[in-house]
Amino acid sequence: MTEGDIIARLKENVIQGRKTQQDEGIDEKLSGTPGVVELTRLALEKKISLEEIINTLTAGMRVVGEKYSSKEYFIPDMLASAEAVGEAMDILKPILEAAKVETKGKFAIATVQGDIHDIGKNIVAILLRGAGYEVNDLGTDVPTEKIIDFIKKESPDYLGLSALLTTTMTGMGVVIEALKDNGLRGRVKVLIGGAAVSDEYARKIGADVYCLDGFHAIKVLEEFKESEINTVIKR
Amino acid sequence: MPREGILVSNPYTRITDEQIQQIHQASLQILVDPGLICFSKKAAEIFHSNGAEVAAVTSADHPHWHIKIPEKLVVEALDSAPKTVKLGARNPDNALIMKGDEPRVFFITGSETNIWLDVDFPTYVKKSDSGVEIKVPEFHPRRATVADLCQSAHVCEHLETLDGYIRTVNIQDEDITEDNKDVNKFFASLNNTTKHFMSGLTKLEQLDNVVRMAELIAGGEEALKENPIISFITCLVKSPLQFVADTTDTFIEICRRGLPTAVSSSPQAGTTAPIKEAGIMAQINAEVLAGVTLGQLVNKGTPMLYGSVPVRARMDTLSDSYGSVETSQYNIDCVQMARFYKMPNYSTSGVCDTKIPGQQASIERLFSDILVTLSGPQFLHCAYGLLDCNAVFCLLQAVLDDAHFQMIKFFLKTPRINQQELEETMKQIREVVETPQKLYIRYIRQVMRSGEISAPYPFEGDGESDDVFALAHQRMNELLAKPVEHIAPDTTAKIFQEIPGLLPRLNVYKEGKQI
Repeated sequence: MTEGDIIARLKENVIQGRKTQQDEGIDEKLSGTPGVVELTRLALEKKISLEEIINTLTAGMRVVGEKYSSKEYFIPDMLASAEAVGEAMDILKPILEAAKVETKGKFAIATVQGDIHDIGKNIVAILLRGAGYEVNDLGTDVPTEKIIDFIKKESPDYLGLSALLTTTMTGMGVVIEALKDNGLRGRVKVLIGGAAVSDEYARKIGADVYCLDGFHAIKVLEEFKESEINTVIKR
Repeated sequence: MPREGILVSNPYTRITDEQIQQIHQASLQILVDPGLICFSKKAAEIFHSNGAEVAAVTSADHPHWHIKIPEKLVVEALDSAPKTVKLGARNPDNALIMKGDEPRVFFITGSETNIWLDVDFPTYVKKSDSGVEIKVPEFHPRRATVADLCQSAHVCEHLETLDGYIRTVNIQDEDITEDNKDVNKFFASLNNTTKHFMSGLTKLEQLDNVVRMAELIAGGEEALKENPIISFITCLVKSPLQFVADTTDTFIEICRRGLPTAVSSSPQAGTTAPIKEAGIMAQINAEVLAGVTLGQLVNKGTPMLYGSVPVRARMDTLSDSYGSVETSQYNIDCVQMARFYKMPNYSTSGVCDTKIPGQQASIERLFSDILVTLSGPQFLHCAYGLLDCNAVFCLLQAVLDDAHFQMIKFFLKTPRINQQELEETMKQIREVVETPQKLYIRYIRQVMRSGEISAPYPFEGDGESDDVFALAHQRMNELLAKPVEHIAPDTTAKIFQEIPGLLPRLNVYKEGKQI
C-alpha cells in the first residue's frame, strides 16, 4: 500500500466509522479490510508525518459532519467515526507528547455521586475524543472527593458533570462548591448536562455552561477557545 | 411478480368458530325466511329457473318479486366461487393475487365522494404581537371534477403502500353526463395509474365501452381475462335484503363477462340493519351470500370478492358512523366470515366521521386501519383520503394515510428470530460488555440502512412546531411533480377512436389539453 493509499483509506474509514478491521462500517465492500486503528499504525510505520495523519483524521470527520448536517448520516454514524478517531488519537498520544504537541485540551467527565446513568456521558466522551480532546472518563457514581483529587493532580481544562435524575443533579452543585472550597474553581471550566438539568440550573449552581448534548459541548468548547484567543489579543 | 401486500402471520379474530357457524346458519335461514325482495326481473328469472321459490308482487307501484334462496343453491355457489382471485394491472408487477384462506392484505383507496377538499396555508398574524406569524391550513370543499380524479390517481400511483386504486371521487364537470361518466372515469383513472383499478358503473349501457377500453389497454379480450386490469364494485343488495333493479342488472352483465366483482353490501346498524352485532352480521352475511349465489348462477366460477361495508348509525344524525368502534368490529367479523367461505374479502377501514384532516381524523382512521388490517382481509379498501363519513376526499389526507400504512406494514413484518440471528447478536453482546462505553451504537449502522429499522414519522417538524400538514402538502406536490406512465400513444389514439364520449382534454398527447 502506498502512502497515498494509506491516507486515502484512512480518510474513507473515518467516514465509514470503521474503528478496526473487524468493524462492519456502512459499505459492505470494506468488510475485512484495515480500519482506522490498523491504518493509523501502518501510517506511523511508513513514517507518514503526524501532521498529515491528524489532518487526514480531521478531514474525514469534516466529511462526517457535513453528511450529518445534510441528514445523510445519523448520530450512530457520527459516534462510530468519532470513536474511531478517538482510538487513532490514543495511538498517536505518546508520539504527540514526545513531540510536545498539545491536544485541544484535557477534559474530565463524570456522572455525579448517586447516579449510575452513563449513556449520555459516554456519548459525549466519544464525540469529544473524536473532536481531538484528551478525555478522562472518571465513570459513574463518582464521589466528589475523587473528582477534586483528579483536578488537583491532572489539571484538566474542562470538567463535564452528568446527571439524569432530579434527585442526583444536586451533586453537581456539591462538586462546584468543593471546587471553590479547594481553590480550584478558577482553574477549570465546568460544563453540565443530562435530562434533569437546564441552562437555568447551570446558572443557579454556578456552572459555566449547560450543554444540550455532545455536539453542543463541542461547540461550547470551541467558543471557549475563541473567547480565550480574543482575550489574549485584547491584552 | 405481483405485489406482495402484507401477510398477517397471526390474524386477529373476534368471533369464535361456533359464532361463525351460528351466523352462517342464521344467514341461510334469512335467505329463506323472510328471503329477499327483488326489483330485477332478470335476477328473479335466474333464481326461478334454478329452483328458488319466486313469487311476483305485481300490485305494488314497483313490481317486484319475493325470493327465497334455498341452502343448496348457496352451498353450490360457495363451492364454485373461486378461492383465488387475480386483479391485474397495467403494470403486471402491480397485479394482486388474493387467496381466500391467506390473510395477505392489500391496501386500496376508498370510494366515491362528491366533494373534493382543497387545502391552502394562509398566514395569520398574532394580534398582540404583529411580529409573530403562523401558517394555518384551511380546507375548502368543492364539487369534484375529472381533473381531480386524474390528480388523485396520479398521486396514488406514487403512494408506496397503496396496492390498488378505487376511483376516489364522483366526477361532476359540466360536460360530464350520465352517458359519458363511466368511460371518462375509467380512462382518467387508468391513464394515471398502473395499479389495479376498481370502480362502480353508473350506467349499464356503458359496460361494453369500458370493457372494450380495458381490452385495448390490456392487449385484447383474452389478455384482459389473463390480466383483468379493471374490476367492479356492485352494491346489488340494498339493505335490508332488497335486490336493486339497475345495480343487479349491471352485476349480472359483469358476471356474464367473467370480470372480477366485489359483491358488496353496506347495511347501517340501527337503521337498515339491527343495531345488535348478531343481527347486522346475520343480515350482511345473508345479503352477500345472496349476491354470490346470483353471480355464480349467472356464470359458474366468475371471480368475486366477499364485499363488506357494514357501519353503525350515528345517533345524532343517523348517518353512517365509520369512525365508531362497532364499525371495526363488524368489519373484522366479516373478514372472518369470508375466510370461513375461503373467499377473498373486500373490507373497509379508515373512513372517519370528521370533515377535515386533523387529530380526530387521525385517531379514527388509525384505530380502524390497525385493527381491521390485523384481522387479515385481502382487499382492504381503507379509504386513503376519505373524510366526513365517505362524503369528502382530500388528497393531503391520502398522503398522510400512506405514512400510517407504512407504520402498520412495518409492524406486521415477520419477526426475525432464529438461531443464526441469536448467535450473531450474542457475539455483539459479549463484545460490547467488554468495552468501556458499553454501547451497541456502532452495530446500528448497517441495520439502519437495510430497512430493518422503522423510519421516523415523515412529517415531523423541527423543534416544537407542528408542521405535519405543511410537510405532507409538500410531499403531495412532490408526488404530483413525479411523472406517471400514461397509456401508450397508439393505444390512446385507438381508445379515443373507438370509445364514444371521452373528453378530448383527457388525451395527454393532444396539444391544448386542459388537464
